[in-house]
Amino acid sequence: MASKTANRTPPRSRREPAGRPPGRDKYSVLLPTYNERQNLPLIVWLLVKSFSESGIDYEIIIIDDGSPDGTREVAEQLEKIYGSDKILLRPREKKLGLGTAYIHGMKHATGNYIIIMDADLSHHPKFIPEFIRKQKEGNFDIVSGTRYKGNGGVYGWDLKRKLISRGANFVTQILLRPGASDLTGSFRLYRKEVLQKLIEKCVSKGYVFQMEMIVRARQLHYTIGEVPITFVDRVYGESKLGGNEIVSFLKGLLTLFATT
Amino acid sequence: MTKLAQWLWALALLGSAWAALTLGALDLPSSCREVLWPLPAYLLVSAGCYALATVGYRVATFHDCEDAARELQSQIQEARADLSRRGMRF
Repeated sequence: MASKTANRTPPRSRREPAGRPPGRDKYSVLLPTYNERQNLPLIVWLLVKSFSESGIDYEIIIIDDGSPDGTREVAEQLEKIYGSDKILLRPREKKLGLGTAYIHGMKHATGNYIIIMDADLSHHPKFIPEFIRKQKEGNFDIVSGTRYKGNGGVYGWDLKRKLISRGANFVTQILLRPGASDLTGSFRLYRKEVLQKLIEKCVSKGYVFQMEMIVRARQLHYTIGEVPITFVDRVYGESKLGGNEIVSFLKGLLTLFATT
Repeated sequence: MTKLAQWLWALALLGSAWAALTLGALDLPSSCREVLWPLPAYLLVSAGCYALATVGYRVATFHDCEDAARELQSQIQEARADLSRRGMRF
């Protein structure tokens, strides 16, 4: 893809996307997958639909960690159907973790904005144009989807799950005062250079990684906007929130409390 | 300063102010002292009640998105049909 900005260097404030002329924004969606053979075609179809209907320039980067269930074959079919300029396959040998998946994906991203989301249909691509609108409205560095404000919400959670979620969020808000209502959510839009900077600085894993990104972002004085989203839990497959998850969440929270 | 450090500072400040006043640093009338002395315990209990009430309220008003789930199901059907047409083998 020819870059038209090779010799033009517009005055760059800290907030301007590097190297791309205004009005030519491109959005790279990073989709780390592991055993998402059923969901992957559906999420890609929904993404293509949302982006095409809104006339937004995009690419979808699928980072499969050697899934044994044939996710890779399905991804290859999608690449044939939609074109290798829109669907980029950048697989890895084995399950290596989310942070490194983002780093790996970003190396190949040609967009100036990055969208991260879950590939299991719990996040709906229809919210992406709203993220983009919100980002432009406030010139935000990050836009985070929230299940806890406005008409955000969830489907498929029982009382116990809701209680744990709200309780954990309450404790997190008290301890970290993060300036964002949904810290463990992973449906977000970042400026590319902001995501790169944050990943460098983050050390945790899992839920806590997503929390740490927001906390570090605030430390670095990045601006965060929010958009209410609906979270439809686990269309296919098992939802996992056991005692182990809760313990590691608390450990991570206390670590962030003590170190940031 | 880390959040933990902020909390420790705030607790140290308020704690020492409370201790000083209840032990007679400013010679307050005994009616004041009587209120001041159990204040930390009262505040703790109130904070606990506030926390329970807030979490309870938020759980009760947690939005259940039935429409989103229904819409997703019908879009899944549409997606499968369209992709099959385009040559996808599921």
